[in-house]
Amino acid sequence: MKATCWMGPKKMVVKEVPDPKILNQRDCIVKVTSTAICGSDLHLYNGFLPLMEPGDIMGHEFMGEVVEVGRDVKNVRTGDRVVVPFPIACGACGACQAKAYSLCENSNPNAWVAEKMLGHTPSGIFGYTHLTGGFAGGQAEYVRVPFADVGPFKVPEDLTDDQVLFLSDILPTGYMGAEMCGIKPGDTVAVWGCGPVGQFAIASAYLLGAEKVIAIDRFPYRLQMARERAGAVTVNYEEVDSVPDVLKDLTAGRGPDHCIDAVGAEGHTHGVQYVHDRAKQMMRMQADRPIALREAIMSCANGGTVSVIGVYAGLIDKFPMNAVMNRSLTIKTGQCHVHRYMQPLLDRIQKGELDPTFIITHHMPLSEAARGYDIFNKKLEDCEKVVLKAA
Amino acid sequence: MGTSFENDVDAPENGGRRMGSALAPEVRPRSTATDRYQRIADEDRGTGGESLADFLGYFSIGLGLAEFLAPTTMSRVIGVKHPDDRSRSTMRLMGLREIGHGVAILSNQQPSKAVWSRVAGDVVDLALLGRTLSNPDNDRGRTLFATANVLAVAALDVMAAKQLSKQPDTVANAGVDKGIIRTKRSITVKRPIEEVYSFWHDFENLPRFMRHLESVSVTGDRRSHWVAKAPAGKTVEWDAETTEDRENELIAWRSLPGAGVYNAGEVRFNAAPGNRGTEVRVTLEYDPPMGKLGSKVAMLFREEPGQQVADDLRHFKQVMETGEIVLSDATKQRGMHPAKPDNKPVEL
Repeated sequence: MKATCWMGPKKMVVKEVPDPKILNQRDCIVKVTSTAICGSDLHLYNGFLPLMEPGDIMGHEFMGEVVEVGRDVKNVRTGDRVVVPFPIACGACGACQAKAYSLCENSNPNAWVAEKMLGHTPSGIFGYTHLTGGFAGGQAEYVRVPFADVGPFKVPEDLTDDQVLFLSDILPTGYMGAEMCGIKPGDTVAVWGCGPVGQFAIASAYLLGAEKVIAIDRFPYRLQMARERAGAVTVNYEEVDSVPDVLKDLTAGRGPDHCIDAVGAEGHTHGVQYVHDRAKQMMRMQADRPIALREAIMSCANGGTVSVIGVYAGLIDKFPMNAVMNRSLTIKTGQCHVHRYMQPLLDRIQKGELDPTFIITHHMPLSEAARGYDIFNKKLEDCEKVVLKAA
Repeated sequence: MGTSFENDVDAPENGGRRMGSALAPEVRPRSTATDRYQRIADEDRGTGGESLADFLGYFSIGLGLAEFLAPTTMSRVIGVKHPDDRSRSTMRLMGLREIGHGVAILSNQQPSKAVWSRVAGDVVDLALLGRTLSNPDNDRGRTLFATANVLAVAALDVMAAKQLSKQPDTVANAGVDKGIIRTKRSITVKRPIEEVYSFWHDFENLPRFMRHLESVSVTGDRRSHWVAKAPAGKTVEWDAETTEDRENELIAWRSLPGAGVYNAGEVRFNAAPGNRGTEVRVTLEYDPPMGKLGSKVAMLFREEPGQQVADDLRHFKQVMETGEIVLSDATKQRGMHPAKPDNKPVEL
């Protein structure tokens, strides 16, 4: 089969590799129809996340048709059309039973490595470094899906791939980012980052009752999408002196009640602090540039929530803990517990409350994945979201 | 107040006497439960200070090798301007002595005596440096610098030796004089205690989650025969006896005389609080071929016993909760492999 292989930083090659096989009796094999490139894939593409091996198959946002099932899978059949959640979850451990699927205690075969780096291990993830299991990903013609009786989610035939594909990650991730805020009527929410997850966080904040959402980015086409499609008030941080000051103006001094970091490890800003962060990251003295996170903390209203859904890879510098403590801020974060959100979000899509296709700017065949990574990374051709068609 | 705790247990912080509880009876934790966890916490006492001693052990070996292999350079470093055969052989001798200290520290589970021997070595070094200093031909500056360094390291040696000398007699330190390595790990399994106990109780199940085992067969009432994988496709076999078996509580076993390597194990089960399943705690002890040094060399290749027990327990949890050991394309073989399908067989 053809698969998108990481061969080193900024080197993606669609190659011929052996077809996947059933390895555990609760696996299934999915013939991929649609798969997408995620913003977090760019952290791997740019070489910021540790523990990649040349040859690793990328991709954790995918859907398709079940073509083979393991002996112990009873509730999924050959021919089922499914969307697969990016965290791999067993359904039986304490975390899964508490519906904290991205914390599954059994699905990371490299748990011992994660324990050394993170203290405890999160779940396994498709196509996302050896730290989370070394599972081959879904930017391929076929993919092996472990715990097929727990993850794959059957979707109605009358919805297109584009309408349901994002249930695999970014729609639930954006939604969880807003949900963690505990939005009350009248609340203002600020969202850093107008990539696909940021767009869905903005839309979800409105679904959950926010009065207004303020979106922060630097690319005019992304800000335009946030404003016109998702309904945000937008701020281009490159055009203003201080984002926290603008947010104070917009909230008459209170600050946003909730701040969502949908940026993560590779934030940008202007000025000395950015150069300093970038230099330290290049020298491997810090893994991340936590610019959005710092700004979110400094901007957030007293007693508010800072919700972190951007991905972080390691240690960070100059974390304003004094602001968090003295101003009673709550930080909530986590890889999305996707399984929890698939049905309720599918319901919202079916009812027409939300059309997730608005973020798609590019369709291309799987064979052009390398070009997809390039334009998405460089923000060329007004690229917001690339969907790859594998079949 | 103060009358509820009748039994004086090992309470190290106040000389074994218990203080009265500040909590009202209705909110006070049951002492049987807290005592058990306090015992688990106390088992780790006495393992502090080892890392400084280990550092000094490696330092000894490194310095010793340098002194032994490059005596001329090392003599110059400490200020001897024109090293002759005598200074070279003294340097070599001191190098051997340093290596000896290092091996002694690293191969001994309780290395306090070995660290004190380093302190004695420091005194010898200082005496030799004093003699070097008295020879006007030598580089005074370098010798004084070397002396300052030895004094600094000597201070560390005394610190480590003092730390190690007052190690309490805890479970973690038991059997150390015999060179026994003890390791313990634990995990929580979300299954009822009866199920967890009975799965483990059938020793023939052990190879399903202990990857170094080929098979275990029950040969008698309390006897079993164990076959383990060894390097280069070989196997090692031994007989073991079950020394204790309390239903839903504890199983203990040990190898019988004649086993190549003495080993013994114990697994304890107790219900985890709040319906979290079963807490499983394993203690393994064995007598490695080269003592602690051997286990440290093995550690470099991730064959450290603690890591192996941790992996085994994780696999045990996977088998109990999900039915089998979870595989990925990258981990189905040993060593690093890319995360992509291949046609190689699964090797655990």
